[in-house]
Amino acid sequence: MKRLLIKHGRVVDPASGHDAIADVLVEEGAIAAVGPNLSAAGAERFDASGMVVAPGFIDMHVHLREPGFEHAETIESGARAAAAGGFTTICCMPNTSPVNDNATVTSYIVERARSVADVHVLPIGAITKNSSGEELAALATMQQAGIIAISDDGRPVMNSRVMRRAMELACAYKLPVIDHCEDLNLSAGGDMHEGYTSVRRGLRGIPSASEDVMVARDIILAEMTGARLHIAHISTANSVAMVGFARSRGLLVSCEATPHHFALADEHSQPYDSNYKMRPPLRGAQDVEAVAAGISSGVVEVIATDHAPHAGSEKMQEFEKCPFGITGLETAIAVTLDRLVHTGRISLMRMIELYTTGPARVLNLNKGRLAPGMPADITVFSTTHEWTYDVNKTCSKSKNSPFHGVSFRGGPAATFVNGRLVWAR
Amino acid sequence: MTATSAGLLGIEELSRPEIQAILSRASEFRNPQEAERLRGILRGKMIVNLFFEASTRTRTSFEIAAKRLGADAVSITASGSSVTKGESLVDTLNTLAAMRPNAIVMRHAASGAPHFLARYLPIPIINAGDGTHEHPTQALLDALTILDHRSSLEGLRVAIIGDIAHSRVARSNIYLLSKFGAEVVLCGPATLVPADLARLARGVSISYDIKDAISGADVIMMLRVQLERFLETPFHPGEYFQFYGLRLEHISLAKPDVIVMHPGPINRGRELSSEIADSQRSVILNQVENGVAVRMAVLEKVLNGT
Repeated sequence: MKRLLIKHGRVVDPASGHDAIADVLVEEGAIAAVGPNLSAAGAERFDASGMVVAPGFIDMHVHLREPGFEHAETIESGARAAAAGGFTTICCMPNTSPVNDNATVTSYIVERARSVADVHVLPIGAITKNSSGEELAALATMQQAGIIAISDDGRPVMNSRVMRRAMELACAYKLPVIDHCEDLNLSAGGDMHEGYTSVRRGLRGIPSASEDVMVARDIILAEMTGARLHIAHISTANSVAMVGFARSRGLLVSCEATPHHFALADEHSQPYDSNYKMRPPLRGAQDVEAVAAGISSGVVEVIATDHAPHAGSEKMQEFEKCPFGITGLETAIAVTLDRLVHTGRISLMRMIELYTTGPARVLNLNKGRLAPGMPADITVFSTTHEWTYDVNKTCSKSKNSPFHGVSFRGGPAATFVNGRLVWAR
Repeated sequence: MTATSAGLLGIEELSRPEIQAILSRASEFRNPQEAERLRGILRGKMIVNLFFEASTRTRTSFEIAAKRLGADAVSITASGSSVTKGESLVDTLNTLAAMRPNAIVMRHAASGAPHFLARYLPIPIINAGDGTHEHPTQALLDALTILDHRSSLEGLRVAIIGDIAHSRVARSNIYLLSKFGAEVVLCGPATLVPADLARLARGVSISYDIKDAISGADVIMMLRVQLERFLETPFHPGEYFQFYGLRLEHISLAKPDVIVMHPGPINRGRELSSEIADSQRSVILNQVENGVAVRMAVLEKVLNGT
């Protein structure tokens, strides 16, 4: 029998409330026991002294670019970047080419991931055909093929009637609806957050209101239809407040925040540097503060990266021509430690929740716990190791990160998927 | 890939003494004897004028300035270059840089395009207008023109009227005038004058009433409405001239010796009346003339490092 003993780590498991120095015994790819001073003759050993041992992290919002944009990322390279970032499960958005709007594409992603990916890859299906916002996609057959949620991420459904129909079906199928909330008329032509900094730089703005009006619409439709609504990459103070309000009414509404939206404000972005260009954009300092406050208050239940690789040539252009999006898998843990844990805003336990039980609850996945019998997906990370992120050494095929050259205290150390070590520092 | 460029990207980052030095030098270049004496100071230097956006006066003005100082100037416009064949901005500039010019004068429709390139090219870049961001040499020539009619910029009241949101001329003028202690009033339809503009610099305020804005003004700067930059019409076109066009009857509200400026090209009957454009108060042609002197001073500063 193949056995692995992860020794002497600080084992933090939000589901059970465990937070103590302990060993984790893995047998045949599953968790066998968690406890102090476990002995296992003949087991392979991994010394986790001085490190945190947590359930495998889940990133419920990534772009893997395959099929269609393999020059920027593939399922294989994206999964490797995920492993290097401490993630054992990633959920990929459907904006590939072709769009993941039918079971054939879903099956391709599932099969491809099974043969080349180091981590679990769970596809998210499109809400509408070609994500063009008009005709509903084949939701039920995609679900049979393996999608775990639906979203027209990046090309949100503007037509409220179509969104209502999608939510009605999704509610019946128990499929969460993930929405990239952006009123495309209000944001049209915008390249960065609308405010003092955009006016100063002479760039067209994306107003906070473009997010807020859609969050409001979606909450109203979620109440009407009973669907589970998850707001992707929340970025404004008003939207955080509205999700809090929806929750207080008992609605099945949740939201995620990205590390860049709680770490960086528009005014601190490098002028005309597309590594700071994404949608939603880096907002004003008050919004950044509101997102961080939402994480500590519990309104934000998930941290997700919105890992959005783009080839260098695409990002080396006039700012207004550059595509939106930055990579994020490899820096998420470090940025979260840096901005939220080391600053005392949230506990280590809470941070781990945001990456494990949080997304598992939203997506209704049996993941994110270190209980005996569960697949041994385990994230080991340091809270003290000092290092500097070098984007030239990334596992991703793309290098569009604003965190290149930034020094951190703490980061991923080792990643186990089904008990197999897939990455180590 | 190091950024060693010491060109001129904007007014915002210039200090008051630096601006003062350029203006003084430009004044000297206007003196015919002095200009004759300085004729060859840039001999052997080469500048490339790269205009990705249409321009008559700025491009010509840079060409004349270069020639008067003895430099060689090559002008390339987007329509006649490989840009229209799909070459990226970086590749175009790298190609030109390989020809080792001493400076690149660049106009581009994208805000920040020269700033982006300056991070990668070792050749100084002079910004001849980037999108809706800055147009530094225009603000310098505007200052020189104002100083032909006033002894100092300090305490002047300058009304800038029109499409401020999309105006690089306005931004550069706001920074320059504020650095010298002038009061700047921005005026136009609310959709063209976002409130955050008032935070760009000290002494800047906003009015949506042209009569308020002009009251007591020493200088009135009219701007063209850049319809091409809009996704939709931001006001009723038939109303614009009535509410924000400058007409003779407005002039009495300003200081008796007010001057009227316009960066061109002017649209008679759209932002100002013909009578104003041709009146004694208009210094529009004076601005064009000062453009050459200012660009001589800027080229000298960038190429000779003075």
